[in-house]
Amino acid sequence: MTEPLLKVENLHVSFSTRGGIVEAVRGVDIEVAQGGTLAIVGESGSGKSVTAYAVTQLLDRSARIPSGRILFRGDDITRASSSRMNSLRGAAISMVFQSPRTALNPIRGIGRQIMDAIEAHQNLPKAQVRARALELLEAVRIRDAAGRFDAYPEELSGGMCQRVMIAMAMACNPSLLIADEPTTGLDVTTQKTVMDLLARLTAERNMALILITHDLGLAARYCRDVVVMQEGKVVERASTAELFGNPQHPYTRKLVAASPTFESTVDDLVGEAPRPPAPAIARERGAPPLLDAEGLVKRFGDVAAVDRVSLKLGRGESLGLVGESGSGKSTISRMICRLVDHDDGRLLFDGEDIGSIPARDFHASPRRRDIQIVFQDPHDSLNPRFSAFDCIAHPVKRLVKPQDAAELKRRVEEAAERCGLPRDLLGRFPHQLSGGQKARVGIARAIAVEPRLLVLDEPTAALDVSVQAVVLKLLDDLRRDEGLSFLFVSHDLNVVRMMCERIVVMRQGTVVEEGASKDLFTAPRAAYTRELLDAIPHFEPQRALAG
Amino acid sequence: MSSTLRHAGWVLRGNPVTAFAAAGTFLLVAVAVLAPWIAPYDPITSNVSNALKPPSAAHWAGTDQLGRDIFSRLLAATRLDLTIAAAAVSLSFVAGAVIGSFCGYVGGRLDRWVGRLVDVLMAFPLFVLAMALVAALGNRVENIIIATAIINLPFYIRFARAEVNVRRHAGWVEAARAGGDSHAAVVLRFLLPNILPAMAVQISLNLGWAILNAAGLSFLGLGVQAPTPEWGIMVAEGARFIGTGQWWLVAFPGLALMLAVLCFNLLGDGLRDILDPRMRT
Repeated sequence: MTEPLLKVENLHVSFSTRGGIVEAVRGVDIEVAQGGTLAIVGESGSGKSVTAYAVTQLLDRSARIPSGRILFRGDDITRASSSRMNSLRGAAISMVFQSPRTALNPIRGIGRQIMDAIEAHQNLPKAQVRARALELLEAVRIRDAAGRFDAYPEELSGGMCQRVMIAMAMACNPSLLIADEPTTGLDVTTQKTVMDLLARLTAERNMALILITHDLGLAARYCRDVVVMQEGKVVERASTAELFGNPQHPYTRKLVAASPTFESTVDDLVGEAPRPPAPAIARERGAPPLLDAEGLVKRFGDVAAVDRVSLKLGRGESLGLVGESGSGKSTISRMICRLVDHDDGRLLFDGEDIGSIPARDFHASPRRRDIQIVFQDPHDSLNPRFSAFDCIAHPVKRLVKPQDAAELKRRVEEAAERCGLPRDLLGRFPHQLSGGQKARVGIARAIAVEPRLLVLDEPTAALDVSVQAVVLKLLDDLRRDEGLSFLFVSHDLNVVRMMCERIVVMRQGTVVEEGASKDLFTAPRAAYTRELLDAIPHFEPQRALAG
Repeated sequence: MSSTLRHAGWVLRGNPVTAFAAAGTFLLVAVAVLAPWIAPYDPITSNVSNALKPPSAAHWAGTDQLGRDIFSRLLAATRLDLTIAAAAVSLSFVAGAVIGSFCGYVGGRLDRWVGRLVDVLMAFPLFVLAMALVAALGNRVENIIIATAIINLPFYIRFARAEVNVRRHAGWVEAARAGGDSHAAVVLRFLLPNILPAMAVQISLNLGWAILNAAGLSFLGLGVQAPTPEWGIMVAEGARFIGTGQWWLVAFPGLALMLAVLCFNLLGDGLRDILDPRMRT
């Protein structure tokens, strides 16, 4: 067997922090051959990014590598000098970072930035460098590359910026490309084009690719080998087919089970026996739907962010609202929550016209209590100066107006308990809670006032997949037990399919398709829906393993 | 509370400069409170036979042209200077934080108009404004406080506006609305407490400025009047004697001023570390 391109042996990385030494990576072995594709999969805190940063020596100053070796083409580069690393980085080893917008220099044209990358390693005449940069921009399929050569990063979309990043990483034909969550934050269709491009370019140039991701589907689709990391250690390594077909380690199994597929149910995700679908609550004859929105319009300047959208939601029903960024789904959820005013249209809640109450006065309406919302980023949605208890207590105090402190405490603790939040965590501040715990606080806050309609705005988008599984299960239980109605907003079709009976697909402010979840998945009518379904990276684990 | 104290202890241990500043500030406040009891001599009674004596065991900082003990006058002046500065800064902080927060939250036309007004205010030199106020309202300490407060107002408005502006679309702000709070309640009860740590830094830096301003104004003869012990007046009166070699008349009040300003400035950064809950684990 030939010498691997990159070989990491028993790598340890530790950080010195205020709380003492933190061991982020604890004995990792990785091998990538020339032209190979390896995915490092793990959840946040698993040490997957730290491993990659250690290879390129881009670690924080507080980091130490107490033991282990990193061999690149047989040379030990673990403690290589910074001048040696400078000549390697970009030329032999390149990185593509997570958020392309922050990784690009905002005050320099994209073409210039690629030229800089070339000039850092090659001494060529300007005209030649420019021609090469243009070639690269064309290679990453920037439309009208010559015209956009001098464009600034903020003039391009997120997906375009990531393509520029890829062009920069490719500039000197490195033999190893490390992509650290290259598509996190991008829309699913954009993710597909970016990843397809990355895979094609690395294959054409016989580059090795290390893809660092939390998304098992992405790893399965684009990499031959997979390494699963947990708490700084590699728990399993195998070829993609083997790993997803027959995961060995319990953690891998949990991870595979927790990743939604086209067939999984919420119960599958957490490894429980499936239950029958939630029974529909029979609608009384003549009773109005719980929510009836008709012809909602919201304009920002001259642009209609939401253009004549109508939705109906029955009691106990769960409606999914799917779309990519800019589709207007978040704006709709805020209009329905009466946090922003609509410009046109009608909004009826249980037959009562709530659209006529201006959003600024809605806080005093008795209906405020009935419509609650769970926000996307659990960290951003909790007041940093409130303890978990205060966060949940706030809407109770305002909207339920409990008799005394004892009743308030009882209600808060009850809500926390229903969300699986241990009582001793209630005194903590948001920064002392994990992502999943914060998500639970956010949900507890919303259900503490016993709403009838819960708007969920991408409630799991910022969570790890195993945490997402538990949170989805919690939401599903809440719905079954309390007969809540959900408006579930998400970009993730799989998640929406599991949670909702009906789905509305949106694009650029208008409804593209509406239908029962099952039908929409098996027989999508709109081309855009098909495109969305197609772009979901997925793998088909053997169903046997669930049982 | 104990966690706050523990955290404060940690910050001070790791940051001796902040510890020094905190100790200095504590000393200043203690002196301000206790001045009448710890001053060895009456700061106002003159004793001309004892005039212009250099520092000695009996008079640590020497005596001035009327034979008054400079050390006692320094102690007494601390109370007045700190009071003026604290009052001015509190006024501008309260007004500025509220105005700025609403501007940052509401945005639009209100924000633009207040912004322009602030620009106009910032173009006024302190002394011109103070003189105008004194001419209109009379030469009193209260008016000096108001003038200093108005001059400092723009900083607080801008600061609060910027801090609120970046937070106004945060999830927890919308959550507060969904939880039944009006816009005003969101600003006052959610956003203001969140910008306090950052503003505390501003307050501390500003106290130093305000002390300098107050001293500067009385140096010019505005506000505080002559026999009252005040650092600015002491410097002004002592300046006449520098040429003849009686340096202690100016040096000690000058040093006191410098120490006070330095302490408040250094305290600023330490305060931010102590007050920010995210720094606590």
